[in-house]
Amino acid sequence: MIALVDYGAGNLTSVRKALTALGADFVVPSAPEECHRARGVIVPGVGHFGATANLDDPWRQAIGSAAASGTPLFGICVGMQWLFEGSDEAPAVAGLGAIAGRIARLAGDADQRLKVPHVGWNSLEFRGAARLLRGLNSGAQVYFTHSYAAPVTTECVAATTHANTFSSVVERDNIFGVQFHPEKSGDAGLAILRNFLEVCA
Amino acid sequence: MLTKRIIACMDVRDGQVVKGVQFQQLRHAGDPAALARRYNVEGIDEVVVLDITATLESRQALARTIHAVAQEIFLPLTVGGGIRSEDDAAAAIDAGADKVSLNTAALRQPDLITTLARRYGSQAVICAIDAKRRDGGFAVYVRSGTTDAARDAVAWAREAESRGAGEILLTSMDRDGTKAGFDCEMTAAVSDAVDIPVIASGGAGSVDHFADVFTRGHADAALAASIFHYAESSVSELKRHLQAHGIPVRL
Repeated sequence: MIALVDYGAGNLTSVRKALTALGADFVVPSAPEECHRARGVIVPGVGHFGATANLDDPWRQAIGSAAASGTPLFGICVGMQWLFEGSDEAPAVAGLGAIAGRIARLAGDADQRLKVPHVGWNSLEFRGAARLLRGLNSGAQVYFTHSYAAPVTTECVAATTHANTFSSVVERDNIFGVQFHPEKSGDAGLAILRNFLEVCA
Repeated sequence: MLTKRIIACMDVRDGQVVKGVQFQQLRHAGDPAALARRYNVEGIDEVVVLDITATLESRQALARTIHAVAQEIFLPLTVGGGIRSEDDAAAAIDAGADKVSLNTAALRQPDLITTLARRYGSQAVICAIDAKRRDGGFAVYVRSGTTDAARDAVAWAREAESRGAGEILLTSMDRDGTKAGFDCEMTAAVSDAVDIPVIASGGAGSVDHFADVFTRGHADAALAASIFHYAESSVSELKRHLQAHGIPVRL
């Protein structure tokens, strides 16, 4: 059973639909303790980093201790950003801190018409082997919609460039994160979600 | 590199896809879920469902249509047409929409943009602007193009952005359904005035029109309906053509 954490950051309909299509056994936990029994935890999210403030201490401790005991943890979009220490978008809200580094706003480039928010399909440039990216090739295109992004750290297994180069996929041991929306990224996105489910199996 | 998006729009009435010319003369174009399935196979980047009746009775039919289309695609799905309240938007999103498109309601009650952006994030809120050329500017119309809103499209796009809209869907009423090409000047004027993406709509008739609106029109995405519905040009052919012209697309 996979725990799909709903902390009120946008809607979960697309993620639910994709997990259902992949035949995943998942629940949306109503209490933090349920994360301990899960074979994997997904923290989705769209919108503002400030919404992760709803992941208060009980949730943070439950997710953090599940991850510390080896349960695969997958952050999507704002959920991936939450794996880091914090974000300039909501400086008062702390991230989980599973990955060192801070989320910062994309700069864009007016001369090259590179707008922020970064909305649309962009490519993943692979930076080493990753379980999350099994079966995909470097250059695979996925759907992004965000204004803030993670730095390129040692956990970065794929990077994407939109004026800045940022971490679009992170992976370290049982910690996984993607800045884009696999649930809206066609076959490539479904393959990534399936890879996570296989890690949890 | 961020690619230029190709978006298929389905105008839906009573659960069926229809298409008009300059907002009139509707003709039938098929089942929404079946069309969505075909577009997905051909490589469409996004799908928009516009409810063009937007009567109370059509609401439940729309929810069924959204659900049926959402089951076919794992791509961004936008729903618009007659979304007048937070409840209307929530119903569309609960049925499977990732984004809602506001038009008349955004002008009547601009706070709705902000309310929805706070609840769902700006990425979920598209401000749709129907405009036509007038006196050297671009005049905004509402109520399916029947009512002069007494606003300029560039100024309104700026305001919508500042209120929290995540994208602008800009339709040229002069070009809608004519297949005479997008209004590149209007698209560029709006796109250059805002930081959020601008989706150009109205007038797609050939693959060259798309190349034009991505270059001269500074569009971030282009939307079309009939050119795809009647298979006059497949999405995959269009994308190969754009790539050959040096325009980045998802293939």
